[in-house]
Amino acid sequence: MYSLNSALRVDTPRLDSAEALNAYRENLIAGQDPNQTLVVVCHGTGCMANGSNRVTAAFQNAIEGADIKAKVMPGIKTTGCQGFCSRGPLVLIRPQGLFYQRVKEKDVEEIIQRTLIEGQPVERLLYKDPQTGKRIHTEQEIPFYKLQERVVLHNIGKIDPTDITDAIAAGAYRALAKALSGMTLEQVVSEVEQSGLRGRGGAGFPTGRKWRSAMAAIEKKGRPVYVVVNGDEGDPGAFMDRTIMEGDPHSVLEGLILGAYALGAEQGYLYVRAEYPLAIQHLEIAMAQARELGLLGENILNSGFSFDARINRGAGAFVCGESTALFTSIEGKPGNPRPKYTRSVEEGLWGRPTILNNVETWANVPLIIDKGGDWYAGLGVPHSTGTKVFSLVGKVNNVGLVEVPMGVPVSHIVEAIGGGVPGGAPFKAVQTGGPSGGCIPYHLKETPVDFDSLTKAGSMMGSGAMIVMDDSDCVVDVARYFLRFLEEESCGKCLPCRLGLTRMREMLDAFSKGVGTERDIEDLISLSQAIQDGALCALGSSAPNPVLTTINYFRDEYRAHFSDHKCPAGVCKDLITFSIDPDACTGCRSCARQCPNNCISGEKKQPHVIDANQCIRCGICKETCKFDAVRVS
Amino acid sequence: MAPVGKDMDTILEQYPAKPEYLIFLLQDIQSSYGYISQESMQQASDHAGVPLTQAYSVATFYQSFRLDPSGEHEVRVCLGTACHLKGGQRIVEELERRLNVEAGGTTADMRFTLNTVNCVGACALAPVVVVDDDYHANTTARKLEKHLKKLEHDVTADGEGQGHV
Ligand SMILES: Cc1cc2nc3c(=O)[nH]c(=O)nc-3n(C[C@H](O)[C@H](O)[C@H](O)COP(=O)(O)O)c2cc1C
Ligand code: SF4
Ligand code: FES
Ligand code: FES
Repeated sequence: MYSLNSALRVDTPRLDSAEALNAYRENLIAGQDPNQTLVVVCHGTGCMANGSNRVTAAFQNAIEGADIKAKVMPGIKTTGCQGFCSRGPLVLIRPQGLFYQRVKEKDVEEIIQRTLIEGQPVERLLYKDPQTGKRIHTEQEIPFYKLQERVVLHNIGKIDPTDITDAIAAGAYRALAKALSGMTLEQVVSEVEQSGLRGRGGAGFPTGRKWRSAMAAIEKKGRPVYVVVNGDEGDPGAFMDRTIMEGDPHSVLEGLILGAYALGAEQGYLYVRAEYPLAIQHLEIAMAQARELGLLGENILNSGFSFDARINRGAGAFVCGESTALFTSIEGKPGNPRPKYTRSVEEGLWGRPTILNNVETWANVPLIIDKGGDWYAGLGVPHSTGTKVFSLVGKVNNVGLVEVPMGVPVSHIVEAIGGGVPGGAPFKAVQTGGPSGGCIPYHLKETPVDFDSLTKAGSMMGSGAMIVMDDSDCVVDVARYFLRFLEEESCGKCLPCRLGLTRMREMLDAFSKGVGTERDIEDLISLSQAIQDGALCALGSSAPNPVLTTINYFRDEYRAHFSDHKCPAGVCKDLITFSIDPDACTGCRSCARQCPNNCISGEKKQPHVIDANQCIRCGICKETCKFDAVRVS
Repeated sequence: MAPVGKDMDTILEQYPAKPEYLIFLLQDIQSSYGYISQESMQQASDHAGVPLTQAYSVATFYQSFRLDPSGEHEVRVCLGTACHLKGGQRIVEELERRLNVEAGGTTADMRFTLNTVNCVGACALAPVVVVDDDYHANTTARKLEKHLKKLEHDVTADGEGQGHV
């Protein structure tokens, strides 16, 4: 439904000054009717994957056809990911704020009749509080939203990301107007320094300091310089950056333009993961519309400052998220990291001074310029200011995207916002920082989520994935999963990473088959240290983290694998057996029909039996059984 | 093989003749033709002004490029962390068995290519499988097989997943 040359909805003059932009915004706001009924449908990747575009189409058809006697015709708006993807497709009715979840095409007629015409909620589509069993009417009352603090995400779910006028009415480019109409380059950098903002891409390097050293490099080497967005989001199981690029592309773009202004860059690059087609599309639309309005390109807002940017699609290599690999990839070459004898701020893209920041880092910049570095520094905790967006996934009730101030405890995110583990058991551990991070076990659930506390607990902030594990997740399996991932993604340039990771993975493979000794654990630890010290880039040097933290917190579980030949979580295939509980089995035969190896036998209506020698432990019977009769031990 | 999208001349015309556009060229070839043939790799490297060996090393370094023709339908099973924890690996194994092809390969009848992917950004819906551009959320090998069977017999079954992105 989107097309690049989708004409802007309002007549769009090229804006020729900061004042003109502000006046344009005032005009847009004045043209909005706050009482107009709006049907807001989430069009993030998650909801689209659940068919939300069909819901939108059904609304469009129905509203056009219906005889709705409202004063104003209800409008339909599509937005980026509203965060609660596990409940999608989501539909909000504004201005009341009614929150409908899991909406299907067939529900549309009822929503129109009950809500738009009669003004009543459709009870069955409302969110049900799992604790109280009560239906909740509005978004703001749902604990998942109520307990968050949405700063970076404040526009996402409210604006149509494919319509720049909607973003401008909501405040986009106000910071740019402010900077261009009176801030010096120096002042922009100082504000960012003042904010205490640290990079959201993993390492947490202070953004202001990075920009300051880029300025120093420019003094020495002159221009051109480049500004680059790292939208590679390689951590598998994270979708913060995807959501920001899809849902509020202008926030990233405005941040980038501000960075370019501060450094005097004329060209920028956005390196975006290939698996994010919608993010790429929305960024392209945003850039085209910003160019039309004179917010990007030649002589921005007639200030004499010119800057343009282009998108590079990633081509499927995790290591390209690493700064030097990312630069070589933009240059059109295989993305091999290079040794950092000189820092990227001095010698980055095309050998020139370059600042590379993560998507979320860039999206924070307009807020800082607009409201001031001091305001920003007041959010969060002293050495980790601001908020952080996390993708909360795994064994947790409310799966989705959450934003909280830095420094809140793990339990606040996982239990209060996330609603804990389905079934109510305590979680086992939370993996933060993805393949380079580590796990926080349940007993440390009050650990504050900030850069330094997580590192102290042996984990790290990383980009913001939080993967909740329960008793049915095996730590050996998870550590092995991450190692295998990194082993496959290693570029192979340096030996400790290339051979070391393979050797580590082999040792974990052996554990998962019940083979190993206490000595192997010690060897694993010393091999880890060798890799940490010897690898060229952080892919290798941080790869042992998941192994080290799981050994640290769950050594007994490792031991159980080789000493008792047991996988306590029931995951490692070679150590488990499937059987059928004769008391629970109704003899419905569905598992027997599904078993790919035909090793389940039994008469109809009589308990069935699995032939353990034939069983390939595929788990399909367990998945199939409606009576929960398949046991794993 | 006829291109699904742009033809070779259009692809080449879009980009200035500079080495930095090599990856762009290969990406467009991949999406139009489903793979990078010897001949198209030669044309891309000539256009970008780099040696064929460099085009080759780029095409083999990045996972999104294939050097052999791919099947009519692409099945991508997500093996990102969230999907791994919810049984993504089991889905791969099951599909390998049912389609009789290893992950990364194409069925003998050229109907299906089975690939894995590390996260498609829809982790809340894990496990996720993407068939062509159709997302199947919270899926199982069994549900998928039904869908693939339909695809096999019925060309119109395209787009029957839960949604497009
Ligand atoms: C193997 C590897 C992968 C990385 N992947 C990403 C990524 O996907 N996104 C990202 O923003 N940073 C990633 N980083 C971190 C970047 O190298 C860099 O530190 C970051 O983009 C700087 O931006 P920031 O200071 O705003 O965080 C990765 C680093 C390594 C070593
Ligand atoms: S540590 Fe691994 S990914 Fe990094 S340069 Fe060495 S081999 Fe390549
Ligand atoms: S995609 Fe709709 S809530 Fe995430
Ligand atoms: S882990 Fe499968 S979609 Fe993210």
